[in-house]
Amino acid sequence: MITLAERINGQFLDVKKAIKERDPSVIHELAKKQTEAGATYLDINVGTAAADQEDAMKWLVESTQEAVKTPIAIDSQKLSVIKAGLEVIKNDVMINSAQGDPEVLDTYMQLAKQHNAALICLTMNKDGIPQNVDTRIEIAAEIAGKAMEHDVDMDKIYIDPILFTITVDQKQPAYMLEVFNQIKLISDPSPHITVGLSNLAQGTKEKSLICRTFLTMAIAAGMDTALMDVLDTELMDAAICAEMLLNKQIYSDSFLKAARP
Amino acid sequence: MEIANVVEKCSGIVKEVTIGATKDEGGTRGKVVTIGGANCIPFMDFDGSPGHKPAIAMDVYDAPPEEWPEPLLKHYADVIDNPANWAKKCAEFGADLICLKLDGIHPDKGNRSADETVSTVKSILEAVDIPLIIWGCENDERDNEIMPKVSEAAKGERCLLGGATQENYKTITAVCLADGHNLITQAPVDINIGKQINILVTDLGFPTDRIVMFQTTGALGYGIEYCYSIHERGRMAALSGDHQMATPVICDVGHEAWRAKEAKASDSEAPQWGSFADRGVMWEAITATTLIQSGVDIIRMNHPEAVSIVKKHIENLT
Repeated sequence: MITLAERINGQFLDVKKAIKERDPSVIHELAKKQTEAGATYLDINVGTAAADQEDAMKWLVESTQEAVKTPIAIDSQKLSVIKAGLEVIKNDVMINSAQGDPEVLDTYMQLAKQHNAALICLTMNKDGIPQNVDTRIEIAAEIAGKAMEHDVDMDKIYIDPILFTITVDQKQPAYMLEVFNQIKLISDPSPHITVGLSNLAQGTKEKSLICRTFLTMAIAAGMDTALMDVLDTELMDAAICAEMLLNKQIYSDSFLKAARP
Repeated sequence: MEIANVVEKCSGIVKEVTIGATKDEGGTRGKVVTIGGANCIPFMDFDGSPGHKPAIAMDVYDAPPEEWPEPLLKHYADVIDNPANWAKKCAEFGADLICLKLDGIHPDKGNRSADETVSTVKSILEAVDIPLIIWGCENDERDNEIMPKVSEAAKGERCLLGGATQENYKTITAVCLADGHNLITQAPVDINIGKQINILVTDLGFPTDRIVMFQTTGALGYGIEYCYSIHERGRMAALSGDHQMATPVICDVGHEAWRAKEAKASDSEAPQWGSFADRGVMWEAITATTLIQSGVDIIRMNHPEAVSIVKKHIENLT
């Protein structure tokens, strides 16, 4: 599966401190560790701490690129912060993320095309985050339509139907499985499907188990990408095993070892 | 109306393997053969690059084969106990490679010594300038004794040596690595073991771009569909990005086709089956032309007419 490694995020205290002190060693270490753990992309999010988010994003992207050539996902809800990251990007890049309003999508699709970037689009719009399956699918279809309109390769589009924390609404994980199944049907080839996996278990006592269990269910329903803790080896192994069980990898006695980074 | 682009792009590519080394490369071959390189399903060149054409290896045995039917034997009767001359004949018939099968070292089939075998290998290397496949007798003890000596004698020639099995892979892998040869990994019509043996040899440090996979071949009427579906599944996995399956494939068509009763029964034994002279040739040619659709890169063959039919068929498809 495609993994976005989540640790270079200003909401973690070590990263917050590194941003504040402009100490690249912490970022280098996280970039290397997560790359070795098999990250497809290193997600970079400045969090809310930095006073100048654009400058902090540039510094984080540059610091990461000093250590690794791993593709980077520039993660911000602010267009100006994403543009700041894109200004200094050298590695392959993903934009994380756009919302599903038509005019917003126009802007982000153009930006993605201009930088040959992959693009995560959230199934939310100015009316907020839909709680049900149908509205999420409507927005997903809008996203796929915009990608075609802008001639962006569907392989570059990642739809994030927004996974709620389990303690907020326990009906949501089951809804999400239905959403995954339906997103696969909106175009051929279909866009990628991604979620912020760790968000599911925020504030719970069994984070790793909850994420791991949902991950295997989600892979079975068609999700192929997640923002997640790639340093959790049991989580990564569960993804490998789920893909093997779905016949996406040929079994061999050493399948786990062969598929690990 | 705009016509949709239906090109199916694959994320994986089959590794290229080069067999044989020229003088400049430390060997003595006049020609080398490169196989693999496909990033689309066989012959679908509108989807991507089908890579190198399948190559034909013609078999030479170190000891005269038993029970070859007359329509096959007649082409080799004068060279059957002279592997070097046999190899020359195969080269004249259009073989891209020679596959020297060392059945004669098997305890039940002659128990030939290492010295005799090494001199056979050397005589073939001198007789022809096309690359060489050297394949043991599948008796682990004898293979482990003789293959290291054969490997050393052919050092620098970048041969393709076989075969590493799940039960016996360490010796042959080590000598191939040391002497710069390519390696056949071998599985008994079992895709899981096929992948496992590739993992085992790469764990020993053997590079994946020197591996050729072999799933024991089934001829037409004798399990070809199992063999076909395994080749197909392995190739689809390779094209989907499974690195352990992204190696070229060899199949053994000649030996398997000529074991079939349809190839061996004489006119008097089976008058209703059509001409004895043609039946075996057809059996071998059809087995080969079927399997090349499944994604194979080297086809071991025996009969010169069958070779000629298959080569023409490959030309027509490419």
